[in-house]
Amino acid sequence: MFHKGVDLVRAGFEGVMGLACAYLVTFKHLFRKPITEQYPEYKRPLPTRSRARIILTRDPDGDERCVACYLCSAVCPVSCISMESAERGDGRRYARWFRINFARCIYCGFCEEACPTLAIQLTPDYEFCKRDMLSFVYEKEDLLVDHGGKDVEYNFYEHAGVVVKGDKGTHIEEAEPVNVKSNMP
Amino acid sequence: MWFLGFILLLAKIGVVLGALLGLAAYLILVERKLLGRFQIRFGPNRAGPFGIWQPIADGIKMILKEDIIPADVDRTIFKYSPAVVATVAILIVAVIPFSSDVVLRGYDIPMVFSDLNVGLLYVLALSSLSVYGVALGGWASNSKYSLLGGIRGAAQMISYELPLGLSLVPVVMLAGSFSLVDIVNAQDKYPFVLVQPVAFLIFILSSIAEAKRLPFDLPEAENELNAGYHTEFSGMRFALYFIGEYVHMIVLGALVAVFFLGGWRGPLLPPVIWLLLKTFMVPFFLIWTRATLPRLRYDQLMHFGWKLLIPVALINIVVTGGVVLWIRS
Repeated sequence: MFHKGVDLVRAGFEGVMGLACAYLVTFKHLFRKPITEQYPEYKRPLPTRSRARIILTRDPDGDERCVACYLCSAVCPVSCISMESAERGDGRRYARWFRINFARCIYCGFCEEACPTLAIQLTPDYEFCKRDMLSFVYEKEDLLVDHGGKDVEYNFYEHAGVVVKGDKGTHIEEAEPVNVKSNMP
Repeated sequence: MWFLGFILLLAKIGVVLGALLGLAAYLILVERKLLGRFQIRFGPNRAGPFGIWQPIADGIKMILKEDIIPADVDRTIFKYSPAVVATVAILIVAVIPFSSDVVLRGYDIPMVFSDLNVGLLYVLALSSLSVYGVALGGWASNSKYSLLGGIRGAAQMISYELPLGLSLVPVVMLAGSFSLVDIVNAQDKYPFVLVQPVAFLIFILSSIAEAKRLPFDLPEAENELNAGYHTEFSGMRFALYFIGEYVHMIVLGALVAVFFLGGWRGPLLPPVIWLLLKTFMVPFFLIWTRATLPRLRYDQLMHFGWKLLIPVALINIVVTGGVVLWIRS
């Protein structure tokens, strides 16, 4: 009987302390600075690999990288990319027109992964909402930029796409040919 | 000049009603901001500096919303049940004393709308009437979930009216009268919370249950869980339920202040300021509770009301009666 009484008092005490501790925790929160980041006043810097608006980049030499190979258009899950290829006077392919419909784009980054020349890239710029639906269709002059985007040094035509000019073993990242007639390994 | 009293009454009503509705609307904002701060975030702060235009923006939004009345509802009851909730909560203010008598040009102006000599019974009767708003709202909506929410809400409110009334009996014993003005005047030496802590606790818990706030929030939480008695109401009808609930919170605070904390009594500041301070301690506590505690399950709620609060309130009455008799002998 006495034990039951003590248990009851103990249970009551623990109950009250449980509630009181809960109230204390929320009360302490009143004096903490809120952890919210207030958006337009503070914009969190995003990592460079964040996938938002698409750009078309240029070579280190200043030529546009896009060769209109249609790979990005083929891999796009929502078919928002369209283009037409053409050939310049010096034999280099380029896109006569290049159109991305940003209202359909899901910013998945598949086109960036598919592009062999690293022309099409996604940037962290997400603040381009507009009121008119049709003004979301970006043409090539809206997409082409003057810099190399995320990879400034890569030039596709040093690696592929043109006739090799030197001997074997002189191309970029190519190993020397092995002499099969010598004894050295 | 007989009508001067009437004009004075209208003036008092105008001031207090305006203040009450304004305070209720801004209590919504205070609740949202306080809840935010309790949860380490900001409340609404875009609608104006510190969000002060938020209630006005919400009011405009509610008015401009489409008023949907579902097809098979009971139209009359559907239209008037939100009004029941709001009206009953506002009517309780009629007996609350705001200050000691103000003397203006030799005439004593009582700072209360109506010094009913059964003021406490009037208050309890009105809180019983507010059950109608919930039950009728749930019934008229012609929806299973609304009906269940209304039934649970009505059962909860009816169950907790008993401890509410029983915890006020010792107050009446100590003050010797049912009139709220007399109860405030009887607290001139010490507030009743010092001699009646148990009754204070029971009254606060029962009023949280009457106001349908967390942790007794089942009629409304069913909004989140399935539905609730005010699902089918949209636009201004829903706003009326909402405002009624917040007026109820403020009025509960005023009642706690009058019954247990000494009403408008206090040393330095003007009496109305003391009443407001004491009144707003209760909504602050209710908001703090909402930020802190989880919800009670329905059977736990009923168990708590019937098997815990009522016996404790009855024992409190018996003990208080015994002590009062012993002191006065």
